[in-house]
Amino acid sequence: MSQPVELPRWMDVAVLPAVNLAFALLMAGAVVALVGFEPGQVLGLLVKGAFGSKAGISYTLYYATTFVFTGLAVAVAFHGGLFNIGGEGQAIMGGLGAGLVALAFGAHLPAWAMLPLMVLAAGLFGMTWAAVPGALQAWRGSHIVIATIMFNFIAAALLSYLLGHALKEPGNMSPESRAFAASARLPGMHEALAWLGIAWPRTPLNLSLLLAVAAAAGVYLALWKSAPGYALRAFGFAPDAARYAGMRPRRVILASMAASGALAGMVGVNEIAGVHGRLLPDFVAGAGFAGIAVGLIGRNHPAGIVLAALLFGALHQGGSELAFEISGFSRDMVFMLQGLIVLFAGAMAQVAAPGLARAWRLVSLPRGGRHG
Amino acid sequence: MASAVRPAAVAMRHIHKRFGAVHANRDVALTVCAGTVHGIVGENGAGKSTLMSILYGHYRADGGEIEIEGRPATIRSSRDAIALGIGMVHQHFMLVDTLSALDNAMLGAEPHWRLRPARREMRERLDALMRDTGMNVDLDALVADLPVGERQRLEILKALARGARILILDEPTAVLTPRETAALFATLSSLRERGTTILLITHKLKEIMTLCDAVTVMRGGQVVLDRAIADTSLDGLAEAMVGRRVDGGRGDTPDAVPGDVLLQASGLGWTDALGVARLADVSLALRAGEIVGVAGVSGNGQSELLDVLAGLLVPTTGRMQVGARHFTPAHWIDPRQARDLRIAHVPEDRQRRGLVLPFDAWESAVLGYQRQPRYNRAGWMRQRAMRDDCAAMMERYDVRPRDPFLRSSRFSGGNQQKLVLAREAVREPLVLLAGQPTRGVDVGAVRFIHGRLRALRDAGGAVMVVSSERDEILALSDRVIVMNAGRIAGELPIAQCSEHALGRLMGGAGHARPRTR
Repeated sequence: MSQPVELPRWMDVAVLPAVNLAFALLMAGAVVALVGFEPGQVLGLLVKGAFGSKAGISYTLYYATTFVFTGLAVAVAFHGGLFNIGGEGQAIMGGLGAGLVALAFGAHLPAWAMLPLMVLAAGLFGMTWAAVPGALQAWRGSHIVIATIMFNFIAAALLSYLLGHALKEPGNMSPESRAFAASARLPGMHEALAWLGIAWPRTPLNLSLLLAVAAAAGVYLALWKSAPGYALRAFGFAPDAARYAGMRPRRVILASMAASGALAGMVGVNEIAGVHGRLLPDFVAGAGFAGIAVGLIGRNHPAGIVLAALLFGALHQGGSELAFEISGFSRDMVFMLQGLIVLFAGAMAQVAAPGLARAWRLVSLPRGGRHG
Repeated sequence: MASAVRPAAVAMRHIHKRFGAVHANRDVALTVCAGTVHGIVGENGAGKSTLMSILYGHYRADGGEIEIEGRPATIRSSRDAIALGIGMVHQHFMLVDTLSALDNAMLGAEPHWRLRPARREMRERLDALMRDTGMNVDLDALVADLPVGERQRLEILKALARGARILILDEPTAVLTPRETAALFATLSSLRERGTTILLITHKLKEIMTLCDAVTVMRGGQVVLDRAIADTSLDGLAEAMVGRRVDGGRGDTPDAVPGDVLLQASGLGWTDALGVARLADVSLALRAGEIVGVAGVSGNGQSELLDVLAGLLVPTTGRMQVGARHFTPAHWIDPRQARDLRIAHVPEDRQRRGLVLPFDAWESAVLGYQRQPRYNRAGWMRQRAMRDDCAAMMERYDVRPRDPFLRSSRFSGGNQQKLVLAREAVREPLVLLAGQPTRGVDVGAVRFIHGRLRALRDAGGAVMVVSSERDEILALSDRVIVMNAGRIAGELPIAQCSEHALGRLMGGAGHARPRTR
């Protein structure tokens, strides 16, 4: 019988992920060396690219913003015992929602009305796109994983269709909508900081960052301080106990998926309202799937997800910088590193736990035993 | 029969097995003559399943020796057991619903690596067996489409096709209709004619009397009776199974003064997905100031009754009235309504239902009551109130350690149970439904829990206790309902509850108060 290993909470939260990350880096270093580069130099450049300049930091944070949203989306569903693979599609729909509202009302409404409306629309569209598979599982027994995967394809196809037909800007060769009115564009961080008198380079980083931080805090409060969050976690851990406690499984599934989808939809705010200012295809670019890894590595806790999103943002940004700096260094190497991190910190997250537990026991036992 | 010269099919001697503090088998000896049907009876926890699991290789004994057909045997796994000619038909069938009967019989013992010749050979083998034994199974049907009796025959055929000469059947009639039972017995008799040795685990004494050649009675991990059927009687077996009445700490508790009916149910029935009636025609009334014990060997409908009353299971037939509220299967009570009507429920499975194991104790301590205004302000949890209440419950119910922040899974079984009971009892419910309230709980905690249940009764609550522990039923109840095969086999005031009467009713040996047939 494989008894779950009991580690002190601080080790479980801090030491174990660090050890896993170290393993992943070691492994990646070996591969880098094998290909003929200098691991130390590569790592140095990666870190410098991600955090070495204001622009680098901004890009890192911009990527991280998207990952926070999709990571939280995965976590909220996961706490309800559901595996939401549909972050990609829900993010696309979120962008579509924000875009449609912007195209429809952008010319008539001022920014203070327009921007909240776009956030709302992004949330609603993402929510709907996740709620349908949720309802299918709750009432019809179809599996959430399959349904959400399929909904990814439908969302992508729907966006392509709309961009190719109804929303296409006349005279423009590429399948894109026209640019939004100024009131429908979320201010970039450089603009916001300029109001405060701080000079900052122009990057895609925008005010969605604050939204992401608020979302992380909100998810924490909702899951651990609110009654619906209590029901959600009870259901995720022990469906039988939840039923015994009078919770209604179908509603919990639906609510959990709806909240998850709304969070994924926020990606649309970051990308469409914050960066591109128009609807275009492929703006999600796999962030929905990366969210699964972020949720996994962040242990489905908002604080962990913020850290994991930063890590992934840094890898994204540092990786592009690397490809720039070292000739012949392919960006694929960075994807490999990402893969290794997912492998070590996600899939094999508990592999090091027994060893750590043994080490901890050796260290802690001589000093006054253990209780229980 | 030449059984006199054949060595014993099974001889087990000095078998010991411990699970932690529980001595499940204590110096057990079992000798089964070849070509006979040997019954093994005992109450839940008597050790009969453990003994059979040792014989079939699921467990290894801590000590003792086993001989199969005269030769010493070491049985490390069920694979060893099968190689020795031992087959087992589990109470819960080990069949794959989506495969045909033929493929199921073959699974794991394919006579050829290619499926087509393997199927051909297996079909021949099974056809021959069916001709010999008179058993009949549609080999091409999917198992999902087979009725229960036929599935069981398939299990028997499966074991025989693997060369079983010794067949263990674990509670084979628990899921069968009377007609299927008769057919099974005919089959088993014909197998005996062929020389197969059969070990029959059951708690139904009548079956033992009609079918077996010899019987071994177990109680508390030990063999208490071992003799030929000709030398026993139904009453003798019942008494041996139950033993002398132990004082369950009833002491001089005053007699109950039953008051108003708080919950009345009639004609409750529930049929499971396989079409087996697990609950049939159950009517009962729970009165204020009374503890009703529901006795019976587990698996005879008590769990279903508990779930139906608590709103976790919607019955197929019946009615229920709680106060002024009426419920029918179309609009059955749900757990939330039940709590609103002050029906509390201590579930049988505290680990799966009663607690959320990864939750902190304080979170588990409000499970089911999280919507109460005391704990809920506009959707936000009032965690301070929850923690304070949890601490108070721990104090009053002596839950150790008294740490509301400890994970629910880290408490011992007894303390988990005390926490669940505290949560359900602390609001002084009108009706408390308690399932196995002291299962796996140490002696001190048992007395404590019993005391609390009595206090609840004395405060005017109606308490229903479902327990497979006879001592518990006798110690607590004012009135005892005995269940057998999903029905109420009899109902007795505690004064008329002799061990003997209970044993007979539990074994389905008679109806103290005949009900509709």
